[in-house]
Amino acid sequence: MKLPQELRYTDSHEWVRREADGTVAVGITDHAQQELGDIVFVEAPKPGRRVKAGEAVGVVESVKAASDIYAPVAGEIVAANAELATAPEKVNADAYAAWMYRIRPDDAAEVDRLLDAAAYEKTASA
Amino acid sequence: MARKTPLNATHRASGARMVDFGGWEMPLHYGSQVEEHHAVRRDAGLFDVSHMRVVDIEGAGARAFLGRSLANDVAKLRTPGRALYSCLLADDGGVLDDLIVYFLAEDRFRCVVNAGTADKDIAWLEALAARFGREVRIVPRAELALLAIQGPRARERFWAARPELRAATEPLEPFHAAVVGDTMVARTGYTGEDGFEIALPAAGAAAMWDALVAAGARPCGLGARDTLRLEAGMNLYGQDMDERVSPLDAGLAWTVDLSGDRDFVGKAALLAHAPRHEFLGLVLLEPGGVLRAHQKVAAGGGEGEVTSGTFSPTLGKSIALARLPRGTRPGDTVEVLVRDKRLAARVVKPVFARRGKPVPDLSSPSKDSP
Repeated sequence: MKLPQELRYTDSHEWVRREADGTVAVGITDHAQQELGDIVFVEAPKPGRRVKAGEAVGVVESVKAASDIYAPVAGEIVAANAELATAPEKVNADAYAAWMYRIRPDDAAEVDRLLDAAAYEKTASA
Repeated sequence: MARKTPLNATHRASGARMVDFGGWEMPLHYGSQVEEHHAVRRDAGLFDVSHMRVVDIEGAGARAFLGRSLANDVAKLRTPGRALYSCLLADDGGVLDDLIVYFLAEDRFRCVVNAGTADKDIAWLEALAARFGREVRIVPRAELALLAIQGPRARERFWAARPELRAATEPLEPFHAAVVGDTMVARTGYTGEDGFEIALPAAGAAAMWDALVAAGARPCGLGARDTLRLEAGMNLYGQDMDERVSPLDAGLAWTVDLSGDRDFVGKAALLAHAPRHEFLGLVLLEPGGVLRAHQKVAAGGGEGEVTSGTFSPTLGKSIALARLPRGTRPGDTVEVLVRDKRLAARVVKPVFARRGKPVPDLSSPSKDSP
């Protein structure tokens, strides 16, 4: 399981990356894409939407199953990765390059309280 | 604990992702279920289906017994090796299982039944043997492994791996089987492609598997098996029909032989109740998700339900089998509730792809045809 050390994680299998502009990018982990198998549909939240931490904001569907994507922190959705609407298989190819949406956190410190790689690894292998 | 087939170690060594299916630990895929799917449509794929159970029906009364017990008529099986698809019904007409029955000899017929229903089937067949007082023995053959090699190049790859079986199996027409020693090779399958299903003693299963892989067949899991059978419009027991469903409501009327005065288990119930549903295919017309079992369908004549749904790798669209209100026809447009969205779907005859290609649906309105 690929697990970049610089990212933060959720126990619902999202990864979270801090961007230079103060927003965070969110995707699903390599472990999650392996569990789901071939991904055929990604629905990201619309920019402008206000979300709460832990709120279901999108959906990823594989041939096998549908799975919700959750917001790791409260804030406003500022971008969705349109590329995944037409090429969802990119999530399987490289889960950490395939960001699904970006969110501007209400409280940047909330990101620091998410799981680090070591803590997520324990969750994912439990 | 889940049961293991004779190929369990082989699957693990090949990097298979294993899942529980019908009480068996089976490979779901070996990396990519979509690539495995394409391998079967374009070349040759190899499946372990040893979780399915071979049950031999032996004795002088075998044909008469099956004539009373199965919804399709084994009288159609005139030459040894001929195979027939049939439902096994309960007295109330519900589908207990679907199976393939092979005519091996006048005193030996072979049924291949589903994993999750095998024990129940055997108990039912025993009960029917007692009811009809027939001279038959119900003989489960749990010591046999089952492999399926499927795809346009499946047979040639099989012959490359097992040249000694070519002479006996090259003349086989579809839905015929040959028995060579302790191995049965049948030109049957569950993918809509050409190929063979092979029943052999468990001790020889790994060697057969390795030889077929070495000859170019790609290992395929149950994931690809499901998308392939759905594209081919083949029902899955437990999903598209079960003991609460009449075969006439599950697209299986063609397998129920009501001709003549043959009586069979469930016949009276089927004749007493008119079909209540159409069983047809759906193709999702817009992006927004994937069709899945149990989604509700809003059709002109009322409400229906998706019984099996998936993403079709061959069409690049989501497809489904569905029970729809009477009067729904191919060409109609319906709405499917996918999570919280109502998405448009086209009703089609339930065959989406076969022999490597999408099946053109002639019933759909087409503006650009002459």
